[in-house]
Amino acid sequence: MKQFTSNPFYKFILFPIGQILVFALGASLVLSLFTVLLAYIFRAGITGFDLVERVLLILPQVVINGLTIGFVYSTIALGYTMVYGVLEFINFSHSEIFMVGGIVGVELMAYFDHTGALQTMNQYVIIALAILLGMVISGSLAVTVERVAYRPLRGAPRLVPLISAIGMSFFLQDAVRLILSLTTGEFNVILPNFGTFDEFLVVAVPGIATPLRFQIKSILLVGVTVLMLVGLNYLVNGTKIGKAIRAVAQDRPSASLMGINVNMIISITFLIGGALGGAAGVLFALKATKLDPFVGFFPGLKAFTAAVLGGIGNLTGALLGGLILGLLESFSASYLSTFTNGAFGAEYKDILAFAILILVLILRPSGLLGQTVGQKA
Amino acid sequence: MKTFFSELFKKANSGFWPIVITLGFLIVGTISVYQSPRSLSAFLTLMLCPLLLYFMKINMKIKIFIGLLLIIVILPVLGIRNIFYLEVIFQMAVFAALALGLNIVIGMAGLLDLGYVAFYAVGAYTWAIFGSKQLSLLHSIPGAAPAGAEFTLSPTYFWLFLFLGVGLAALAGILLGLPVLRLRGDYLAIVTLGFGEVIRVLALNLDKPLNLTNGPQGITPIQRPPLPPEFIIGPIRTLLTPIVGRPPTDAEFYNVFFYFIALFIIMIAIMVATRLEDSRIGRAWTAIREDETAAIAMGIPLVRMKLAAFAAGASFAGAMGVLYSANRTFVSPETFSFLQSIGVLTMVILGGLGSIPGVIFGASAVVILNIQVLQNFSLYLSELRQSDAVIPIINFAWKDLSNQLDPAKYQKLVFGIILVLMMIFRPSGLIPAERRKRELVEEKE
Repeated sequence: MKQFTSNPFYKFILFPIGQILVFALGASLVLSLFTVLLAYIFRAGITGFDLVERVLLILPQVVINGLTIGFVYSTIALGYTMVYGVLEFINFSHSEIFMVGGIVGVELMAYFDHTGALQTMNQYVIIALAILLGMVISGSLAVTVERVAYRPLRGAPRLVPLISAIGMSFFLQDAVRLILSLTTGEFNVILPNFGTFDEFLVVAVPGIATPLRFQIKSILLVGVTVLMLVGLNYLVNGTKIGKAIRAVAQDRPSASLMGINVNMIISITFLIGGALGGAAGVLFALKATKLDPFVGFFPGLKAFTAAVLGGIGNLTGALLGGLILGLLESFSASYLSTFTNGAFGAEYKDILAFAILILVLILRPSGLLGQTVGQKA
Repeated sequence: MKTFFSELFKKANSGFWPIVITLGFLIVGTISVYQSPRSLSAFLTLMLCPLLLYFMKINMKIKIFIGLLLIIVILPVLGIRNIFYLEVIFQMAVFAALALGLNIVIGMAGLLDLGYVAFYAVGAYTWAIFGSKQLSLLHSIPGAAPAGAEFTLSPTYFWLFLFLGVGLAALAGILLGLPVLRLRGDYLAIVTLGFGEVIRVLALNLDKPLNLTNGPQGITPIQRPPLPPEFIIGPIRTLLTPIVGRPPTDAEFYNVFFYFIALFIIMIAIMVATRLEDSRIGRAWTAIREDETAAIAMGIPLVRMKLAAFAAGASFAGAMGVLYSANRTFVSPETFSFLQSIGVLTMVILGGLGSIPGVIFGASAVVILNIQVLQNFSLYLSELRQSDAVIPIINFAWKDLSNQLDPAKYQKLVFGIILVLMMIFRPSGLIPAERRKRELVEEKE
């Protein structure tokens, strides 16, 4: 058995994929059961329609939507959690790194559209190129931001780099707006329409009346994020660089004494986090189809919440937190108005994340999977 | 170079020179603003006077006399001549009060609050709901108000609500403070940010089931407090007619009136903040800021002190919120965005964390930058756009520049740059707090 668990195929491919599957299925199952239970409880109080029937009707779609957005949150949350693990600081501008990735990806596709390559090239190649470009630009931007705005402040009181990060976040939002609107005055970027991503894959499941409908882009999104998560897991747990990152996260002075170039490792951490954020941005753009320079704010905050929910500094936690948050958001957006009879609707889904954040921080500040580290001053 | 300037400053700051320089600036500034009300440099000259008053070594009584002359006589009179200046100064006063409040929370107690504008919103909506027709529209759909709606309260209730707004905002501060007290600095920042967003989303969506806030359209009209009676205003009007060149209208008097209310509140705010700074509570806050654990060990009641910081900071914002809603006669959720919170934060950081003169200076500087310098830059750009000028090296014609490019709308860029630069090069601010200055001097020796 031990021989099998130390087998690289198991350790770096089978185990992480299994973990993702367990998290995704487990979280969806628990939430679905909870909602159905609530529906049964409140069934008698609502007249005019059958609450349980209405809940069950859209349940599969709600779960699929939740998982899709959850994977995006997980990917962004990894950026927050990695930086926090190494530097113990909230990289507030990460949401803008994410936004830049998305806009760069869409601009590339718009460029292909302009040259006509969009119709002739394979659609998956285009997406892959956009994701790659988004990763490169976002990663290098994250490293630059760290070099310019955070490195001079290392060792300063906690709030100082945080304020600098907030400033950087604001600066990036408007800088991107400035660049986009320099000649045309239009700073919204719109995904060109191409390929078969909007179509649905319909799977009829015996026993359920309505067949399950998977949008192709959702499948693509989940597939790519899972691929990246597996890659990240290998990078952090299977390579020398990963070992160095973990060493720096655990104890920076000692790591430096062991001959690790701490500054470089911190830069690499920002590079990885930024690249993940950029890829998530492109995938998010596929789903949202319209981006502006301020689009990063809410996904960024939710991803941060996800990172805290899972236990900040913990990579597996960020994955779990992101999935849970995505599902919760999808459930509340779909069911809040059904349950409250229209008094409260989907517009409250954005503040749901904060409610969760506050609850988690009060009840279990170390998060679901984090170790209890106590309150560091 | 540096010694040259400090020598020059020393020379100018001794003997009778300070009074001459300050009075010179005051007179030149007043005359130039009077002559050319639209010029930015004239206004800036006048606005340098308070700064000079602060830095120059002048007898305290003369200082106070010049200061009072400036704010009670010169500014209102000039303000009636060009109503825009009164608006600028009103905004300065509003934001200075907000910055003073935030300074208590961040600068003194060391709790980074990113949702400060929420308390401002609480104050503004308090008067907006009670001082408008909103209470009689509770059951109607936003935008479809019945014609016969009545104001619920008479406008004199404004004065009562000024206090109620303070109380409610302080209460909101305590309610926010209670659950988040255990959090350490950076988590607290995110949670308060969330709180600010929650208040905004609530204001945006509480038009159903009961129409409390009228949703995204905002509440209007909101009543203003009545002007002082005619036997006070009448003589002032006859006195001002030759100076202004025409009898001032009621609308202009309203601006002056609000200016004086804002002045009154800011005076109280400055007094409260100064008294708090060196009081028992203020020193407890400093202790908490420097080292929480040590503060607990010294017997400081942590929970009570932190709640007091939140409540005191919030109350300033509450008062200004009430005043703001009456001045604008309109509130909408967009006024209370995250950008505003960061704007106030920028003022505090620019002026100096924990420094009362600093944050007032920071607020004034950011307001002038925002609504005057950037605006002028916008005008300049649009002039360039209409000309045939070309940027020399890259050969880019100004005409091709987009019409949408309006520097006045790039506040975020400005705030961001200020925050990052200040944090890197001068984290203690442009006019650092006395206490920090003392600390730094001791370190040098």
